[in-house]
Amino acid sequence: MSAHYRRTQVDAAAWEEAADALVAGETTLLSLWAEIGCVHMAVLDETGPDAAAGGGRIAILSLDCPDACFPSVGRRHPPAIRLERAVRDLFGLVPEGLPDTRPWLDHGRWGEESVPAAAYPFLPVEGDGLHQIPVGPVHAGIIEPGHFRFTCDGETVVRLEERLGYVHKGIDHLLAGAPLPAAARIAARVSGDSTVACSLGFARAVEQGLDIAPPLRAVWLRAVMAEVERLANHLGDWGAICNDAAFSLMLAHCGVLRERVLRTAATCFGHRLMMDRVVPGGVAVDLDAAGLAALHDLVALLRARVPPLVKLYDDTASLQDRTVGTGRVSPALVAQFGAGGFVGRAAGRAFDARRAIGDAPYDALSFEVPVLQAGDVNARVWVRIREIEQSLSLLEQLLRGLPTGPLRIPDDDLPRGSGEGLALVEAFRGDLFVWVRLEAGQVRRCHLRDASWFQWPLLEAAIEGNIVADFPLCNKSFNCSYSGHDL
Amino acid sequence: MNGIALAGAGWGGQGLLAALLIQAGQMALVLLAAPLLVGIVRKAKARLQRRRGASVLQPYRDLRRLLGKEVVLAENASWLFRTAPYAIFAATWVAAALVPTFATGLIFSWTGDLIVITALLGGARFALALAGMDIGTSFGGLGASREVMIASLAEPAMLMLVFCVAIVAGSTQLSSVAAYMLTQPVGLRVSLALALVALCIVAVAENGRVPVDNPATHLELTMVHEAMVLEYSGRHLAMIELASALKLLLFASLIGCLFFPFGLAHAGSAWTGYLLAIGLWCGKLLVMAGLLGTLELSIAKMRVFRVPNFLGAAFMFGLLGVLLLFVSRGM
Repeated sequence: MSAHYRRTQVDAAAWEEAADALVAGETTLLSLWAEIGCVHMAVLDETGPDAAAGGGRIAILSLDCPDACFPSVGRRHPPAIRLERAVRDLFGLVPEGLPDTRPWLDHGRWGEESVPAAAYPFLPVEGDGLHQIPVGPVHAGIIEPGHFRFTCDGETVVRLEERLGYVHKGIDHLLAGAPLPAAARIAARVSGDSTVACSLGFARAVEQGLDIAPPLRAVWLRAVMAEVERLANHLGDWGAICNDAAFSLMLAHCGVLRERVLRTAATCFGHRLMMDRVVPGGVAVDLDAAGLAALHDLVALLRARVPPLVKLYDDTASLQDRTVGTGRVSPALVAQFGAGGFVGRAAGRAFDARRAIGDAPYDALSFEVPVLQAGDVNARVWVRIREIEQSLSLLEQLLRGLPTGPLRIPDDDLPRGSGEGLALVEAFRGDLFVWVRLEAGQVRRCHLRDASWFQWPLLEAAIEGNIVADFPLCNKSFNCSYSGHDL
Repeated sequence: MNGIALAGAGWGGQGLLAALLIQAGQMALVLLAAPLLVGIVRKAKARLQRRRGASVLQPYRDLRRLLGKEVVLAENASWLFRTAPYAIFAATWVAAALVPTFATGLIFSWTGDLIVITALLGGARFALALAGMDIGTSFGGLGASREVMIASLAEPAMLMLVFCVAIVAGSTQLSSVAAYMLTQPVGLRVSLALALVALCIVAVAENGRVPVDNPATHLELTMVHEAMVLEYSGRHLAMIELASALKLLLFASLIGCLFFPFGLAHAGSAWTGYLLAIGLWCGKLLVMAGLLGTLELSIAKMRVFRVPNFLGAAFMFGLLGVLLLFVSRGM
C-alpha cells in the first residue's frame, strides 16, 4: 500500500558505489540523514527494471560510522551538500571530503551560555565593480526568515548565496522518543502550509512500520484534504506571484478564492488548514453531508471562476513580460537535484509522488501530471494552474467514489510494536519524504525531508544572470518552505 | 518678458494684499489637499480590488503619527541626511505654488515658469538621491541609482513637452499657457495630444507609480523611491511623504491646467469665481485619481530595464509634437 523499499546495511565501498550512481544520474537522491553513529541515504531508481512495476524503486543504504565520519556524497554530488552539513550539525558525524565545512542549521547559538556566534563566512567574492546586497533574515513582508546574500554587477545578479536555519525548531529531537499521538502533532507542525501532507507522510510511514492499514474511507478522506490543501496553496501562490510583479488584481481574485477554499475546509473538517486531521491509523474527523455539499459547491465555484483568471493571466501582456523567461532553471539541473513539485515539473521532470508511488486512492483515480519544459517563472505558474484543474477533477472523483466505513483505528488499538516505515507523498511543493523507526509504539527516529531541500539550491541557480529586481518574483514562484527545511 | 508684462496687468487691479492672500490660500490648499489625493488613489485601488480599503483620511493620520514619533538616525548619518527632507519638501512645495491649480495669474506664478518647476523637482530628487546614499546601505544606493536612471530619461522628455506646449502658446509661463489654452481657439491639435501622452508618462515615472515603481510594495529589492527613504523615520519621513504627495498633486494639477484648463479662475475674478474654480479643480483631481487607480490595477510593473523604453516613448512623443509644429508652420 505504501512506498516499497528495502533498507540495506552497507560498507563504505557500497556507499561510494551508490554515490557513483547518483553522479552518473542513474539514481536520484531522495534524502540523506543520520542517527547516532549511523548515516542513511535514500535513493530513487527512476530508470531501473522495476520502475514500471513500481516495486523496489526506493532503496535506503545505511552506513555505520564507528569513527563518527562517513565518506561524503556531496563531495561529488552537490545535492547532498546541505544535507550532509545538516547531518554534521545535528549528529556530529563528519562527511569526509566535503569541501564546505561551514555549519548549516547550527548558527552557533545552541549552547547554554550566550556566547556571541562566530561570523558566518560567506563565499568570497572577487572582481572589479561587484557589490554585495544583504537581504534578511527579517524581511519587510510577513514571511519566514532567511538570509540572502546577493553579489551584483550593477543590477545583474552574479551570485546569490542563501543562508537558512533561522527557524530551526529541533523537530528531529522532539520526535525522538515521542509517543505516537504527540509525534503526529509535531509532524503536523513541520511546515504549516503543508500540514496535511506532513501528517499524511508521517501517518503512512508509521502505518507501514506497524504493518497496519487504515480504513478505506480514511484513505479517501486524506486524499480529499490533500487536494483541498493543494488548491488553497496553488491559488495563494498564483496571486502572490502576480502581486510581486505589482499586478495586485490577480492577488485580490486569488485571495478571495483561497479564502473560500479555507473556509470550506473549516466547514468540512473543523480547521482552516486541516491541521491534526490526518493521524496514524486514519483520520480524526468525518465528512458529513453538509461538508460534502460544501465541497461540491466549492468545486463548482472554482470551475466557474478559475478559467476567467487564467485568461486574465494569459492576456495581460505586461505580466507575461515579467514572467516569461525570468528565473530559468535548466532541466539538467532539475534532474540532477531531483527537484519535485512545480519547480521540477516546470523544467521537464515528470515526477509526481501520487503517480510514481501510486498509493491508494490515487491508483484508482485518473489525473494528469502537467509537465512543461521552459523552467521559467511563467512555466511554474502554468504548472500550478494545470494542477488546480487536476485537483478539481480529482476532488470530483473522490467525492463521487467516497466509500463508507470506519474512520480510524483508535489510538488504543494501534499495535505497540517496532518497525520501520517510509512514505513519499506529494505535498503542494513537491515530494515529501518521511522515514520513521518505531520502538514499542514510540518514535525512535523520524526524518522528514521537505521538497524545499532540493529547491532552495536551484533558486540560487535560477536568479543568476537575472536582475536584482526580479528576485522576489523568482523567489515567490519557488515558494520554498523555510520551516520545513530548517526543521 | 511676456510674463512680466502680464504680471503688471495681472494683479494690478486686485491689490497686492488680495493677490498675496489668494496665493497663500493656494499654497495652503495644495498642502492640505495633497494627502487626501493620495488617500483617494489608495481608496480607488482598494475598491477596484473589492477591498474595503483604509479611509481616505489615512494619509493625514500617518503624517500625524510620523510627526509624533522620534527620529531614529543611523550613527553615520551626516547633516545632509538630516536636512534633505526639509529641502525636498520646500522645493516641492514651492514648485506646487507655481502651478495654476485653480486660478491663473497667481502672484508667485510670475516668478518661475515650467522650466523652473522641472528644475525644482530635479533639485529635490538630487537631494533625495544623495540622502539615499548618505548612510551607505545597499538599498539606499540601489534606489538612488535607479531613481537617477529614471530621472535622466524623464527630464529630457519633460523639457521636450515643455517646448511643444511653449511653441503652441508662445510662452513657458504656466499662467500664460493656461490662459492661452483657455481663451484662444486652439482646437484639436495632434502636437498637444502627443504632449499630453508624454506628460502622463512622465508623471507616472516621476511619482513612482505602477508600472515604473510600486508605491505599495514591501519588496526591498524592487523599490525605487521607497528604497531611498527606507532609513528615514519620524518627522523626516513625514516631510518626505508629504513632499511626494505634493508632487502627485502637482503633476495632476499640471495636466489639468495645461490640457483641461476650463473653469480656471483668473486675476480679478470674483470670490464666487474662485470658489467655483476650486470645486472644478477638485473634480478634475478626483477623475485623475480614479484613472490613476485604474491604470495601476490593470498593468503589471515593468522590468527596471524596460523603463528607458517607456520614457523614451515619452521623449519621442514630445519631440514629434515639436517637429509637427515646425512642419505645420513651415519654419
